[in-house]
Amino acid sequence: MKRHADIILPLAVAALLLGAWEGAVAHWQVPAYVLPAPSAIARAFADNFGSLIEALASTLAVTLEAFLAACVLGIATAIAFSQSRLLERTLYPYAVILQVTPVVAIAPLILIWVGFERINLALVIIATIVAFFPILAGATLGLKSADFNLIDLTRLYGASRLQTLWRIRLPNALPYLLSGMKTAGGLALIGAVVAEFVAGSGTATGLAWRIVESGNRLEIATLFAALALLALTGVVIFAALSLLEWWLLRRWHESALQAP
Amino acid sequence: MIALTGIAKRFPNGVEALNDLSFSVNRGEFVSLLGPSGCGKSTVLRLAAGLLAPDAGAVTYANGKPQIGFVFQDHTLMPWADAMTNARLPLDLKRMPRDQADARASTALARVGLAGFERAYPRELSGGMRMRVSIARALAAQPQLLLLDEPFAALDEITRNALGDDLLKLWREDGLTVLFVTHSVGESSYLSQRMLVMTPRPGRITADIALAVGRDSRLAPATIEAQRVISGALNTAIAE
Repeated sequence: MKRHADIILPLAVAALLLGAWEGAVAHWQVPAYVLPAPSAIARAFADNFGSLIEALASTLAVTLEAFLAACVLGIATAIAFSQSRLLERTLYPYAVILQVTPVVAIAPLILIWVGFERINLALVIIATIVAFFPILAGATLGLKSADFNLIDLTRLYGASRLQTLWRIRLPNALPYLLSGMKTAGGLALIGAVVAEFVAGSGTATGLAWRIVESGNRLEIATLFAALALLALTGVVIFAALSLLEWWLLRRWHESALQAP
Repeated sequence: MIALTGIAKRFPNGVEALNDLSFSVNRGEFVSLLGPSGCGKSTVLRLAAGLLAPDAGAVTYANGKPQIGFVFQDHTLMPWADAMTNARLPLDLKRMPRDQADARASTALARVGLAGFERAYPRELSGGMRMRVSIARALAAQPQLLLLDEPFAALDEITRNALGDDLLKLWREDGLTVLFVTHSVGESSYLSQRMLVMTPRPGRITADIALAVGRDSRLAPATIEAQRVISGALNTAIAE
């Protein structure tokens, strides 16, 4: 019953808001180039379905590639940090600098260095930079917070560093890592969108570009349709990662004691 | 079996934890190390296991370093692994073939009364059962020397008594040598053959008491008498 309420209540709110929106636009005769009615947005979506889905596929590909790259790089760096305090102390500040520098500011440089003829690679790199840090931070914390006594126990039984890493540190890091991945999934999408914005016209072909283009042409309904698709993509990514988290932790971790 | 001679140890913060601490445990003995909280008992146990190195003095073993089993105050289980995998950890680390390791781990679990719980995860078990898994893990490695660091401190009295009796049974059956760290006079007076009393700052042994026979139950006159002797030694040690 509670789970039904979790779905029905947000949907009811959505229906209510959309209804009010539709009514308000009709009642005050708001121009379509300021705020189109939901019905107009739906029509724009249907009319541009093919090209919007194509744009979505392009953005989604960049997002997923960047997310995977961030996972691989973040986990590998965290493992390296966990094995060498010196390495961590030397390099962690740079990871932080990469994190706090606004990506919009670095993006033009990356586009120039990588080159517009390899625009997809540039987009993936920019989105990877955005998604990288939460994974690194989560994995580093998880690898370091393993039970001290458990680590001692592996020493007592003559375990190698690799065995301790594989049997204790990595499983211990999993909840932290998954939490970082949930944040990173959303950030990868944001990174992809920002990268497309910076790349500008003619080169990028994703949803963000559709938003810019629709805005320039005052096709506000199409802009809203692309925006809705983008939001939906973000939600789906988050839900998929939440499901993965629940599935991996369901047998043992406190956070997964209840179904998502 | 094991001897600690003239041990000194400072903590990284400069506090002198142990100074000129010496004692030995003979093969097959059940020895309790008793003292107030914070007197360095756990440090002694880590030194005995070779997990810490002393600043001065030496830890020596009679016939080379024995196989050591270590049980912590907390159960220290892997929450992501079931009871079987937890008990198997020492064997997995030694790269023992899986079927052989499984057989040994399930035997160890059965010996601590957990047959049928092989696939249970720590969070599905009670505090006492988790501690039993922890003991099974120590047994799976077939230790000669068993080191226990206040293993029952977090448990209720009924569970504590049951586990104490089980520990005695395992000690007799396997001919184990046991070094048992505790701050409970009642527990140690019943379980052990010999008592080492420790005082804090810096930690050292102030009394070495061989307990009389006839302590067949917790309420046997000999046990009560042993408690009186131990309490006396402890009070003297703290008063010094």
